[in-house]
Amino acid sequence: MNWIDIAALDEIPARGARKLTTAQGCVAVFRTGGDDVYALDDRCPHKGGPLSEGIVHGQSVTCPLHNWVFDLNTGRAMGADEGTVPTYPCRVEGGRILIDASRLARASAA
Amino acid sequence: MKRLVVVGAGMATGRALEHLFEREPGRWSVTLFNAEPRGNYDRIMLSPVLSGEKAYEDIVIHDAAWYEAHGVECRFGTRVASVDRAAKTVTSETGDVVAYDKLLIGTGSDPFMIPLPGHDLDGVIAYRDLEDTERMMAMGAGRRVVVIGGGLLGLEAAAGMAARGADVTVIHINPHLMERQLDEAAGYLLRKALVEKGITVRCSANSTEILGDGGHVRALMLDDGTELACDLLVMAVGIRPNVAVAKRAGLAVGRGIQVDDRMVTSDADVLAVGECVEHDGALFGLVAPLYDQAKVVAATLTGEDAAFVPKELSTKLKVTGCDLFSAGDFAEGEGREDIVLRDPSRGVYRRLVLQQDRVVGAVMYGDTADSAWFFQLIKDRTDITDMRETLIFGPAYQGGGQADPMAAVAALPDDAEICGCNGVCKGTIVAAIEGGAVDLGGVRANTKASASCGTCTGLVEQLIAAQTGAAAPAVQPVCGCTDLTHEEVRRLIKSQALKTMPAVWQELGWKTVDGCHTCRPALNFYLLADWPLDYADDPQSRFINERKHANIQEDGTFSVVPRMWGGVTTPDELRAIADAADKYHVPTVKVTGGQRIDLLGVRGEDLPAIWRDLNEAGMVSGYAYSKGLRTVKTCVGTDHCRFGTQDSTGLGIALEKTLHGSWTPHKLKLGVSGCPRNCAEATCKDIGVVCVDSGYQVSIGGAAGMDVKETEFLIQVPTEAETIQVIKAVIQVYRENAKYLDRIYKWLAKVGMDWVRAQIEDPDERRALVDRFELSQSVYRHDPWARHAAAQAERYRPVASLALEAAE
Repeated sequence: MNWIDIAALDEIPARGARKLTTAQGCVAVFRTGGDDVYALDDRCPHKGGPLSEGIVHGQSVTCPLHNWVFDLNTGRAMGADEGTVPTYPCRVEGGRILIDASRLARASAA
Repeated sequence: MKRLVVVGAGMATGRALEHLFEREPGRWSVTLFNAEPRGNYDRIMLSPVLSGEKAYEDIVIHDAAWYEAHGVECRFGTRVASVDRAAKTVTSETGDVVAYDKLLIGTGSDPFMIPLPGHDLDGVIAYRDLEDTERMMAMGAGRRVVVIGGGLLGLEAAAGMAARGADVTVIHINPHLMERQLDEAAGYLLRKALVEKGITVRCSANSTEILGDGGHVRALMLDDGTELACDLLVMAVGIRPNVAVAKRAGLAVGRGIQVDDRMVTSDADVLAVGECVEHDGALFGLVAPLYDQAKVVAATLTGEDAAFVPKELSTKLKVTGCDLFSAGDFAEGEGREDIVLRDPSRGVYRRLVLQQDRVVGAVMYGDTADSAWFFQLIKDRTDITDMRETLIFGPAYQGGGQADPMAAVAALPDDAEICGCNGVCKGTIVAAIEGGAVDLGGVRANTKASASCGTCTGLVEQLIAAQTGAAAPAVQPVCGCTDLTHEEVRRLIKSQALKTMPAVWQELGWKTVDGCHTCRPALNFYLLADWPLDYADDPQSRFINERKHANIQEDGTFSVVPRMWGGVTTPDELRAIADAADKYHVPTVKVTGGQRIDLLGVRGEDLPAIWRDLNEAGMVSGYAYSKGLRTVKTCVGTDHCRFGTQDSTGLGIALEKTLHGSWTPHKLKLGVSGCPRNCAEATCKDIGVVCVDSGYQVSIGGAAGMDVKETEFLIQVPTEAETIQVIKAVIQVYRENAKYLDRIYKWLAKVGMDWVRAQIEDPDERRALVDRFELSQSVYRHDPWARHAAAQAERYRPVASLALEAAE
């Protein structure tokens, strides 16, 4: 694990998301109504929609382009749709959001 | 005899002494210092003392006789000045020196005082000890109090003073009360109960200054300029471990006094206990772990092996009539699932958080009778697989229990208005049903309920079903979060005066924690349309286009459409648009069907900058992304056209200026044609005006999309001013009654033109509709681009970048 402090929790609105740019592409960092955080690739497997712009509800996000719904825990599409978005470990500590950058770094070395 | 000096006579050290005297009676000579001029009392019970339910004498734990019986030498009202760990002595502020073999520090915590200007005025207090409590007890009828802090302590203080008749306002910085212990829904119910007790609650409120008069507090000022007059101001925003003595003694101190599992500090002969300690990085504020620590302290002092292990905690609020309970961890997380039960009729909310077939957290409000059972399940990590289906109903219901889909209707009071058109209340309908009107036709004939616009039909049918036991007809609910239809939700928001999203979720028995992408945008519109002054628009419940005030494109870029009032522009505006298109590398510039210029392919990060540029040239948001007023398309009218009968361009511009910014159930497009040749294509718009020699013909319900519809004639009026009034009234009726995502033609097909025309033709009704429209516009008629560019530009950029050469 390689935890990196990326932002204060307050910088992301509750039931919202912000983008995190990385060398591998954009990662969407979500904050739920219960103040938990999740990080997923900011790209819907259906048509590439930016998940960070979707509506966040419970522990899910709805893609803004065609309403595919993804479980933020697993990155898996819910309901009849099939597809998975890569996820990254992410947590809150002392009001700061930490993301595990080890896989992003590994992807970079490959 | 071994010599023990104790600093602080609180609940933790008191309990440690009890255990010590039990284990080794007569073997310890104890000197007890306390800054407060009294011994150990039950601080948790100060709230019942404040509210008058108990007296101080009732909450004393150790009286003079107890200390005497155990040979404790009490130095109450005396602070400890210093500790000499080498000499093993303690020096009091009065200069007395006392030697020890073992020292126990239990200095507790200090209330945190926000360093606002004026925080040192007389009449600004914390809520910590008996002195504070006594000052609050002096606040009776006619006195005004402000409490800063909507946590456990602040709310108990507020409720106690309210019970004494004081006029109490609670200021809380977060959007909901007790956010650390409760989720939003329980926070909503708690707020409602406190408001019913006469307490004013202001959430999301920031204090800026405490105002004084002659050295005494006079008022609290909020950042929105509000002044809240008060005779007493109580700060209850949190506590900090009191580590002053330990720090001066040179002990290891982090946020608190650092102790190991045996409660020993960095000095083997010095122990610490209670709210002043830090154990494994954690601080402690509730009594249960403190008592566990006290037991360990006594064991360590008597040379036995013991270790402090933090356990699951639960919280209860000691306010009469507010039953709430929270325990464990109710944050969301991987593999976690919620079970939610809401019973609006009893004001009950229960939420269990499950992980791997075990309950890991619980929040309960309204009925906490089963809280001990749930807490036990959490502590025992009981496998709940076999009782999962009925778990939420509690121990009595194992093997039975059903949520009632008609609970929301059953919960309505008799005076709740079901039919808004004819002013018919639930009680009247129930009486009619009891009198034999057992079907919709019967109820309509007897009460006129649902006999006009018909949007309350579903509710009437549910009432009939609830009263007669018949099955309610199948209806299309809003989404999977509820069994209610859009029309029912709208009606209930009005009749129950539901003004926040958590209020709707709770009172209407939502089955999810916070809705979904289908219901949230609808609820956001219904709430802002019905309560423009009370409800705060929630961007997070809006589709991306409305949240970012631009239309998202298939590649994730956005399109930007500046407003051109009535479709009229100028060379200067065109130059500014051309400059912006160059500067932000806009790949496509296109003219829209609504007579606007569309800049397609703008990057999300560039939006605030391009808006700022367009703002500087005098242009504002064209709302081309909104379920709201889009465009008013015009022809040139009498200005240039030889056939024109009226100034159609001028009317279009006037309409757009007064209507812009208004939100509607779906997009709203207008057209104004200067003569019946209809060059502005007004008769396929949602609202169309066709000018004739004798005045203005207003027609509604057109469309030119998936469905193509010609408008239906509504009314002809003689003047431009009256035309504007009629159109505002029509929009307002539509805003107040239509289902979200129904354009006017769809709504019209449900309620009928006769009903709509009756609203518009009645002069009183028309005026009232216009007034309500204008009230809403006083909040919403503004340029969101300017606001976002000025205050929220940051939100449009990535929150961080993990690489210097970040990919886009």
